[in-house]
Amino acid sequence: MAAMKPIRRLALKGAGVLTAALLAPLLLPIRALAAGWNKDAFGSKTAADALKILGAAGSTESKDVVIDAPQIAENGAVVPIEITSNVPNTRSIAVVIEKNPFPLAARFDFGDGAVPYVKVNVKMGESSFVRVVAEAGGRYYAASKEVKVTIGGCGG
Amino acid sequence: MAEPMKIRAVLKGDVAEVRVLMVHPMETGQRKDANGSILPMHFIQEVTVRVNGRVMLEGQISQAVSRNPVFSFRLKGVKSGDKLEIAWLDNRGERSQSVTAIA
Amino acid sequence: MQLPVIFLLLFSLGAPGAFAQDSKKEIEKYQQMIADSSPVELFELQGEALWRKRQGPKNASLEQCDLGLGAGALRGAYAQLPRYFKDADRVMDLETRLLHCMGALQGRSREEASKRVFGNENQPSEMELLSAYVAGESRGAPMAPGTAHPKEIAAYELGRKLFFYRAGPWDFSCTSCHGEEGKRIRMQDLPVLSTPAAARPVVATWPAYRVSNSQFKTMQWRINDCYRQMRMPEPNYASDLTIAIATYLTVTGKGEPYRGPGTKR
Repeated sequence: MAAMKPIRRLALKGAGVLTAALLAPLLLPIRALAAGWNKDAFGSKTAADALKILGAAGSTESKDVVIDAPQIAENGAVVPIEITSNVPNTRSIAVVIEKNPFPLAARFDFGDGAVPYVKVNVKMGESSFVRVVAEAGGRYYAASKEVKVTIGGCGG
Repeated sequence: MAEPMKIRAVLKGDVAEVRVLMVHPMETGQRKDANGSILPMHFIQEVTVRVNGRVMLEGQISQAVSRNPVFSFRLKGVKSGDKLEIAWLDNRGERSQSVTAIA
Repeated sequence: MQLPVIFLLLFSLGAPGAFAQDSKKEIEKYQQMIADSSPVELFELQGEALWRKRQGPKNASLEQCDLGLGAGALRGAYAQLPRYFKDADRVMDLETRLLHCMGALQGRSREEASKRVFGNENQPSEMELLSAYVAGESRGAPMAPGTAHPKEIAAYELGRKLFFYRAGPWDFSCTSCHGEEGKRIRMQDLPVLSTPAAARPVVATWPAYRVSNSQFKTMQWRINDCYRQMRMPEPNYASDLTIAIATYLTVTGKGEPYRGPGTKR
């Protein structure tokens, strides 16, 4: 950077403002963690409440939200869930396990370059639907998959 | 005791497949110890993934994520040699981070 | 009207069999998915650090431990255990040999070194971490325990006898669970471990991380816990009995490439 030629530097400077404006939608910083861990959403005792707090109350079912998980989990302590959102411009994905004591399990926010894909191991207290809600362009797209659990994994 | 994190990041075409293994009890606050006392909640809440200093992915997770969490992510627009840093923060304010180069 | 009813009956009668098959497939999918995202590697890494750590009165690491292929030779060493060791004049499995090296190289007393051999989810034991590391170094090597030395043969024979030996308040032997095809406990199929076909995948995937208790467990632990489940007295760690059973199992299941420390439910 220090060795950049003066002419080039000038051109960049001039283009700076325009470039920033053009690139702004692409270089949106991830806001999520700036506000800290969402205590209210994670403390919700129902899936509906958690999703409402996340603003995702009105979601439409979408085949573009793909959940890959086993139908039967031998042990609820570790249930592998693989999620892909093929909805264009997906910016976040929330994972809700409907029958868990605290249904919201995770939320991932994707910055530029991060593919809306995640694989995570979750605990399931009992057989339940796993619901995934993806947010793109201010709208919410959801899918569910039932996972049967032979031994509950929350503890106790 | 240090909590090691193991990151594996391999470029496949133009997408880096990242897998990170973390060591953390992810205690739910529902289990009891041998004496019958509740083991208090102790779990990772925030996970941040940076490449060359830029945040690419943020995760907020709960005690419902399994003990010794393992995550897989995919990152585009990164190159071999780019610095990948993954950090976590738990509900007790404890932190950990690990850095690796994308292979 | 009759035809649809008949079809319905036939379909529902056939359903249980179909369900059992689907369940098996889905459980295999579960097993494959958890294996993909297993924290086993972390245990191997921690084991490696312990392997290199200077400890004991002699302030030495385990790096010169001879696991059968020469001092410090780790690649493939686990796959040729249990085997006879001349310096101890005894058949030893991995954990027994590690104990031996802790004494011989590090000067640690057997009592101290075996004080906490089974860990818990918060703190794995040294043995568990070391086992993970050493076993990991045998990935891909065909399981080839010693079978030629008279003591190896004797250990195998003793192990086989013990496998079928009924005792304890419930009159159980290993065969009570592992002696008949088609048995299961809850959702876990019980392999008939006296047959090579069933023993091979088992032998190729221990020691292993068990997701149900988030712990890395070794073969000595597995045998110990089986004895507990049979309500038999607790076997001594790294005893002739446990080594004999491990020998019998490994020899029965030999030949397959070791897959590396496994991930189990």
